[in-house]
Amino acid sequence: MRDVESIAKDRGLTTADLVAAAKTYLPSGQKDEYLMFASGGHAGQIFVVGLPSMRLLRSIAVFTPEPWQGWGFGVGNDILAEGFPKGKANLWGDTHHPALSETNGDYDGQFVFINDKINARVAVIDLRDWETKQIVKNPLTLSDHGGTFVTPNTEYIIEGGQYASPWGSEYVPISEYKEEYKGSVTLWKFDRNRGRIDKDQSFAIELPPYWQDLSDAGKLASDGYFFMNSLNTELATGGIQDKKPPFEAGASRNATDFLHIIDWRKAEQVFKAGKVQEIEGFPVITLKTALAEGLLHVTPEPRSPHGVDVAPKGDFIVVSGKLDPHVTIYSTDKIKKAIESKTYSGSDGFGVPILDFDSVVEARIEVGLGPLHTQFGPDGYAYTSLYLDSAVARWTMGGSYGSQTPEPDWTLVHKTPVHYNVGHIAAAEGDTVSPDGKYLVSLNKWSVDRFIQTGPLLPQNLQLIDISKQGANAPVIYDMAMGVGEPHYAQIIKADKINAWATYPEVGWDPQEQNINPMAPKPKMERVQRNSDGTVDIFMTAVRSHFNPEHIYLKQGDKVRWHITNIERAVDATHGFAVPVYNITASLEPGENVTIEFTADTPGTFPFYCSEFCSALHLEMMGYLMIEPD
Amino acid sequence: MTTITDRFLGPRINPADASSRSIRYGMPGFLLLAARVLLLVSLFLPYWRMELQAPQYPDGLHMTAYLNSLTGDVAEIDGLNHYIGMRSLYEAAEIERTVGVFILIAFVVMLELAAFVHTRWAALLVAPVVFFPVVFLVDLHLWMRHFGLNLDPNAPLSNAVKPFVPTALGKGGIGQFITIATPGPGLMLATVASFVLVTALYFHRRAYLPLVKQQNSAA
Ligand SMILES: [Cu+2]
Repeated sequence: MRDVESIAKDRGLTTADLVAAAKTYLPSGQKDEYLMFASGGHAGQIFVVGLPSMRLLRSIAVFTPEPWQGWGFGVGNDILAEGFPKGKANLWGDTHHPALSETNGDYDGQFVFINDKINARVAVIDLRDWETKQIVKNPLTLSDHGGTFVTPNTEYIIEGGQYASPWGSEYVPISEYKEEYKGSVTLWKFDRNRGRIDKDQSFAIELPPYWQDLSDAGKLASDGYFFMNSLNTELATGGIQDKKPPFEAGASRNATDFLHIIDWRKAEQVFKAGKVQEIEGFPVITLKTALAEGLLHVTPEPRSPHGVDVAPKGDFIVVSGKLDPHVTIYSTDKIKKAIESKTYSGSDGFGVPILDFDSVVEARIEVGLGPLHTQFGPDGYAYTSLYLDSAVARWTMGGSYGSQTPEPDWTLVHKTPVHYNVGHIAAAEGDTVSPDGKYLVSLNKWSVDRFIQTGPLLPQNLQLIDISKQGANAPVIYDMAMGVGEPHYAQIIKADKINAWATYPEVGWDPQEQNINPMAPKPKMERVQRNSDGTVDIFMTAVRSHFNPEHIYLKQGDKVRWHITNIERAVDATHGFAVPVYNITASLEPGENVTIEFTADTPGTFPFYCSEFCSALHLEMMGYLMIEPD
Repeated sequence: MTTITDRFLGPRINPADASSRSIRYGMPGFLLLAARVLLLVSLFLPYWRMELQAPQYPDGLHMTAYLNSLTGDVAEIDGLNHYIGMRSLYEAAEIERTVGVFILIAFVVMLELAAFVHTRWAALLVAPVVFFPVVFLVDLHLWMRHFGLNLDPNAPLSNAVKPFVPTALGKGGIGQFITIATPGPGLMLATVASFVLVTALYFHRRAYLPLVKQQNSAA
């Protein structure tokens, strides 16, 4: 311990610094207790970070081609193409809100979903092999933000649209905004056995042309509902170039926006009863039907809201508007009663009944400036990020949670300063029916002076906060620089809930089918096969330290299907497969079989090689592709 | 008149003696039975194990040899061995692994027969079984020697790794690997059976030698 003192003295570390280090440091070989699945922002990926070490463990390629994983360079091209909007190759994504699959409102560690805000897409990632299995493009809209959030048993993946736009984003002048621009929310049916979204069982609900924002599914007390914020209930259409109020002013004029309360179980019945309209080839419950069937209510909420977060027991819904220093807590009980007794204060311009605000609100707590997003602890505390204050507020819940905290109900307890401009926060399992507490990560948008200057583009700062102690004790214990994209939301799951494969279960495994591919080449089956229809199948195996075959002769114009199996069984014995000029790179994990298709249109001699440093003779793991001109 | 069979089987014991001196006459048969059981059980247990330790295999690589099969990380070890030009382990002792079980069953039958033979010929039936564990190890060593000394000269690492004799029992090393070869429970049981059999032969002589002498002098 004297060594520690002298190091601390030399490096100018305080006792608090040493405690933080002791709480977060993982000696080599020790493993993290939690995994954080963070959106990758513009990277279009998911980043997986271990807690408490805050080490980046993996990126998972989703909407953006990623060479290390070979994603989009011969592998996954079909899945990426499924998501191309209007048939145009969009090769990036703006990922915002990951959602881990749930069973009874608790993370089950099987799948993770994520939305792409820029093109309104949703992706499915299997957590056995951590690979993207499906991308669906929303046919109705081009932007989403209220996704992805799952219902308590992952029956549906909720994807709320963001910027109202004409159906299918057809051309319509903005002067026809109120009539022709639409809001919507899509409920994607998830087929857990197939590990895929079932498009045929999915549907959407038309909403007023507000800009729908974040959502959250009800659970327990509020099971069957979901809640969704909105902004621009003013129906502002901007036009700063014509001296009209810009969106930032026009869309913030009213003191309140609308919290949408949607009965999805009833909506499911309406969809199954066929009371839908086919729009852009997709079944939509029109606003008219939604109102006639009583699926949709709204109630006022503080303006410019971001988070709408359902408490662990489902009995309260916490909303924060960035321009109001309060968090507003709604009671599920009161909402249900107001719906039943039709306690309306009127209706919006589209006939949606407005539940009387005072009849549904449980409490309002002044927490600070720019409240944005709320997470929950196991012990009666809730946490709200404060964007303008650059802080995370800890406050006490009331109702049945109240007795767990020493402080009175519904009061601000403490504010932890963070650096800086926090967006979302993520507490360990903090949006489930059973939050774990312990850790909270503040996903800060600005880092300003926290790291070495990295040019004018600065990394985000993900700060780990220890929330294991009660009261005014919630210190920041680690700063993680994120220099590869801007994570928005993240979810933190107990690491032992995920049963990730160390290698593919059997040699010849096709990750897209999650099954053995009978066509997968095995040892002694290596060959180049010229078919009668003029196509060529190459059957190749990869093992330390050679490909077999090593010589491939093709003719210019050949249509090629190149099947490769990594026949290794050792953990981490991954091979790469990279072909110059043809823009091909694949990652072949132990047991994995991939098929890469291309047309040999450019003649020449192409040394292909293993792009993973797989063995001492990795440089020698290569071959020649020789394409004869015609 | 004594037939060849009688001479081979030796004198019979009259039932009265057998029950009054049950330990003296029962012991050889009991020990032979015990050895049979030990051998039969050993059929289902590993005879030999090899562990390879190297930095990049924190859990080590493990190979287990049963009388009739080779299990464990054999494919991985074969994959590594190809760098030094060693043939696939599946090609080693193919005949032994095919007939091993039948030989062991033959041993059990021989011991069963030996229980009825009261002359020195019993030793002939027992001896192969006694030497079986030694033969197993010698055979193993010869195969390892054969494999280790006959490396493919065109292998990637043929310049770096010279032919060598892997250790059949105990600690050895090759490249960054430490190899630890240990006898398995099957081989241990077979070895115990050997000692049991030697003891059985001792009691066998003590019980039947006087009878044989008696018979010979009577003739
Ligand atoms: Cu390789």
